[in-house]
Amino acid sequence: MHSIIQFGRIDYLIVGVYFLFVLGIGWALKSSMKSGGEFLTSARSIPGWVAGLAFLSANLGAQEVIGMAASGAKYGIMTSHFYWVGAIPAMVFLGVFMMPFYYGSKARSVPEYLKLRFDEKTRGFNAFSFAVMTIFSSGISMYAMAKLMGLLLGWGFGNSILISGAIVLVYILLGGLTSAIYNEVLQFFMIVFGFAPLVFLGLKDVGGWTGLKEKLLGYSASQGYAPGAWTEAWSHLSHPSQNPLGVEWFGMVMGLGFVLSFGYWCTDFLVVQRALAAKTMTAARRTPLIAAIPKMLFPFLVILPGMIAIALTYQATKGATGGFSLPPKNGSYDYDLVIPYMLGHYFPTGMLGLGMTALMASFMSGMAGNVTAFNTVFTYDIYESYIAKGKSDDHYLHVARLTTVVGILLSVAAAYLANSFNNIMDVLQLVFAFVNAPLFATFLLGMFWKRATGHGAFWGLFLGTVAAAAHHGLTVPAGAMSLIKGGWLGAHLHTYPSEMAQNFWTAIWAFSTCFVATTLISLATTSQKTDAQLRGLVWSLTPHEDKSEGDAPWWKRIAPFGALVIALTIVLNVIFW
Amino acid sequence: MNLDIRYPIGFLFLVIGAILVVYGLVSGPEIYAAHSLGVNINLGWGIVQIVFGAIMVGLAKAGAGKE
Repeated sequence: MHSIIQFGRIDYLIVGVYFLFVLGIGWALKSSMKSGGEFLTSARSIPGWVAGLAFLSANLGAQEVIGMAASGAKYGIMTSHFYWVGAIPAMVFLGVFMMPFYYGSKARSVPEYLKLRFDEKTRGFNAFSFAVMTIFSSGISMYAMAKLMGLLLGWGFGNSILISGAIVLVYILLGGLTSAIYNEVLQFFMIVFGFAPLVFLGLKDVGGWTGLKEKLLGYSASQGYAPGAWTEAWSHLSHPSQNPLGVEWFGMVMGLGFVLSFGYWCTDFLVVQRALAAKTMTAARRTPLIAAIPKMLFPFLVILPGMIAIALTYQATKGATGGFSLPPKNGSYDYDLVIPYMLGHYFPTGMLGLGMTALMASFMSGMAGNVTAFNTVFTYDIYESYIAKGKSDDHYLHVARLTTVVGILLSVAAAYLANSFNNIMDVLQLVFAFVNAPLFATFLLGMFWKRATGHGAFWGLFLGTVAAAAHHGLTVPAGAMSLIKGGWLGAHLHTYPSEMAQNFWTAIWAFSTCFVATTLISLATTSQKTDAQLRGLVWSLTPHEDKSEGDAPWWKRIAPFGALVIALTIVLNVIFW
Repeated sequence: MNLDIRYPIGFLFLVIGAILVVYGLVSGPEIYAAHSLGVNINLGWGIVQIVFGAIMVGLAKAGAGKE
């Protein structure tokens, strides 16, 4: 197979060294994996900073890195809203307000919290949909990696799947969740060290921030937008037609900033699991706050390369030769190749090995994160709840190990499925989006309103999911070519300027429907739980001493830390306004 | 947990940093002219990684002393 990147012996050596360390960490942890709790939940022993970096890293799969760089090229600096409006406030909310209930409830998973707070059917709904989703996410990660390695290095599809699957299998089997978390921390540093020089060289090439800005002004104008549309994050949000994202400020702040981001960061077990593994309540609450600090700087690492790439590509269309340029695709550019092409362009043998290793590491930790979350939910929320109750811990440890093997085999099957029927994956991802969209309303009501009942939660979730599907089926984004993009219910009640705008509004509809339905149904039904049972699960029924932090000095407390994170994020928003 | 994650992080970057520094010293300037705008990025960034790796190992040692 023809390959795009010339990989030297030194590069293979660096890849090899990295994977030796990955497997070595699993090996070193082997002796401490004696119980189901140690294997699946790290027995709540992880220091706050380690949990924090893993929390960040679990989300930093390669699709995220590649996708953010692609969006940086496609939409410019407005992509930073995914961080500075989306992720950070949600992470602070999780640490300050929600973590006391997750961690304090002693629930081992997010579905288990739903069981404690509401009832069995709500847990079951969440556990089954989550389990299916993690397997497919892990499979998609595998598939994407195999595709990219084939394109860049000429590796065979089957070989890539085999190698990545085997490495992830071995290190999780050896060291369980702790191994996955430790490797996520390692991957965090690999990404930082692998991409920072890329940004440095790219910026140098484009003439620094001033040079970048100047070229993007020209590019923006050539696309029919105001000159600052690629370099100013907030100035072009009063109408969807003013920016390439096709959204206005309300849809962006509500849809992305509130519903989608809080839904993901505050309820997705994949990330919450990292905080639940922390060794104390304070460490668990600090986990998302510690993660927020590097998170707010990540746009410079992953979005900036995209902006640099499009600026240089624009320059090349105006006659500059020999420089960096993105490959064309369907009359536009292949934005997903920003990072791989820049690695190949700017890195000589040596650094190239490091950069590619960082990319492979993030694909694999994306898989591992999903597999460890799947393990826990399957073992505790499905196997222990519905298949074999009340067995010994040893029994569950064996089941958990077996689940790891099965989980990886299913991921491989999903990867092959994706390779043969690309549309199946698109449809599945769409369905997951419908299921996830309303979740945050359920948690918000569950944690802060003691009257919310199990019937209310279950039917609210169900109706919210239906509302998401219905909204998507009745609207279309401009220029939609297939039914996967919307309008599959026949009628087109509204046309959105972009897919992004449609996504944001689907989320807003799902959340609102779930919120209203849960509230109304809760008022019409009686709660099955007594106040005593809800202690530690709901804000108003949790005694103040359970939420306070003793007499720690103010700078060690959670609320001031959260406030500091928010203040820094506001500063970033203002700088790039 | 009986493994301080700072050790593997530290040693990993010491090893990769050393590989890059050595390669940066023996490789000719052509590859840097062709790729990294003439900057010997292997040497420079290799040194940064060695410093980072040493700090991580140092922190782990200091942490172990306290416990």
